[in-house]
Amino acid sequence: MPDNLSRIMLTSMYKLLQKPVVFVLCLLPLAILTWQAFADQLGANPIDEIADRTGEWTLRFLLITLLMTPLKRVSGWGWPIRMRRMLGLYAFFYACLHLLTYLWLDQFFDWLEIWLDILERPFITVGMLAFVLLLPLALTSNKFMMRKLGRNWKRLHRLAYLVPALGVLHFLWLVKADVLQPFIYAVLLAALLLVRVPAARKKGDRFIFGVGQK
Amino acid sequence: MRAGNPPGKLWSYWLLSIHQEAAVLVKHPTDLSESDVTPVEVYRQRREFMKSGLAIAGAVCTGSLLTSQAAAKVQLGNVTPGPDRYSTDEEQTPYEDVTTYNNFYEFGVDKSDPARHAGKLNTDPWSLAIEGDAEKTGTFTLEDILKPHALEERIYRLRCVEGWSMVIPWIGFPLGELIKRCNPGASAKYVEFETLYDPQQMPGQRRGVLEWPYTEGLRMDEAMHPLTLLAVGLYGETLPSQNGAPIRLVVPWKYGFKSIKSIVTVRFRETQPVSSWMKAAPREYGFYSNVNPDVPHPRWSQKRERRIGEFRKRETLMFNGYAEQVASLYSGMDLKKHF
Repeated sequence: MPDNLSRIMLTSMYKLLQKPVVFVLCLLPLAILTWQAFADQLGANPIDEIADRTGEWTLRFLLITLLMTPLKRVSGWGWPIRMRRMLGLYAFFYACLHLLTYLWLDQFFDWLEIWLDILERPFITVGMLAFVLLLPLALTSNKFMMRKLGRNWKRLHRLAYLVPALGVLHFLWLVKADVLQPFIYAVLLAALLLVRVPAARKKGDRFIFGVGQK
Repeated sequence: MRAGNPPGKLWSYWLLSIHQEAAVLVKHPTDLSESDVTPVEVYRQRREFMKSGLAIAGAVCTGSLLTSQAAAKVQLGNVTPGPDRYSTDEEQTPYEDVTTYNNFYEFGVDKSDPARHAGKLNTDPWSLAIEGDAEKTGTFTLEDILKPHALEERIYRLRCVEGWSMVIPWIGFPLGELIKRCNPGASAKYVEFETLYDPQQMPGQRRGVLEWPYTEGLRMDEAMHPLTLLAVGLYGETLPSQNGAPIRLVVPWKYGFKSIKSIVTVRFRETQPVSSWMKAAPREYGFYSNVNPDVPHPRWSQKRERRIGEFRKRETLMFNGYAEQVASLYSGMDLKKHF
């Protein structure tokens, strides 16, 4: 059946292209930021703007990553789960850019000052903690580590629920008076965590962070 | 060696970072010497300009004329450079940056919001109420307030509590001169200021981000200090609305938020005023809010600042570099307690 054949071909093309397309889409925020930076479109304080944007995109990718499981459950589609790892790695990628902006453009690798910041400024403490917790997730996101860690891999990767919460706190503690934006992220995160509760209950799983498991 | 020209600020930043050592050594030519301070050919006080406009237009269309002219910037004439000791010769922050990057929560919380939304502000007519313990109180038109005062240019550093700074050529007159004319009484120990409250014109006021109207205050000796300026212009022109038109305070040794914008009320009072920021976060914003690198904001350090247009941060100076002039106001005070 030629008709059937073309459908199969289309489907496999679609599957083949999914990842590259999403991969490129996820680079768009960085591309736009870079373009604006070189076109002098970031306003009077480009460094703060870069820090803000990379931070926002870290938070957004963390939430998008958390959206994939409920999306699959609701829609029945397969692609959200296939994209999940890449999206999570993009969250890590933007977190790295965010951290690098702070270390380099903001503090100019003044390690003493950075250390004092981490100790004395709660929003930096929490931001750093979020990054440190994100690091093992990125490092163990490959098949080899998955196999090696076995059941613990899943436990470890429950940090994906904690990290965005720390990210929201990091945001909340740095704003001066208007908490609207961090509040929106907090509500979205709460929603993404709450939709997981029924499924977790059914599995009899103490789902949050894996604490209290045998 | 100024960043900010094509092919882009950031590009210049990279170059600067590569040539960091060299950049430090290069002396900046001062942009503005005394001799070239705004000797404008056209002397037109904005109000007079308005009046002639009105005369021609007649009564019928005054309303529309008023709104259309409100945002127009006009060169300020008869401006003399202020005393040398009060102005800095540091490189001035470009007009574009001064007028597109600032905080004015009445127009939104983003630093690009004021430039975007302040066009709605009608600064003409404008009246100013002087209240409290003084001989001369009442509501005055801006013209009446300005008339007796000679305008001068003061090039001041501005340090925002958020950690960035600018150098701005303001035009105005010392607040102290206005206060003297009001002849305040013995109980007038503080001066309180209020910004216009009008959510129609100031969309940011539709949300309760701060307690409106925006309120600020100074101790009488701070208000009388010759550095304390009532500004009506910058870069030789009337103030753009986003920078606090038509009249604002400039207190260069305090964090920027003390320099209240678009003032409608000046009140002499016996007790210390409570500012909007003190109400919003009493632990974080004190009455004095003097620039002080040794007293951190509870959530971030104040040791350094980013001068807009520069790549690396610079050290923040005590009283924003005005210690010589103002430190005596606070002798014997614990500045950690009275932050």
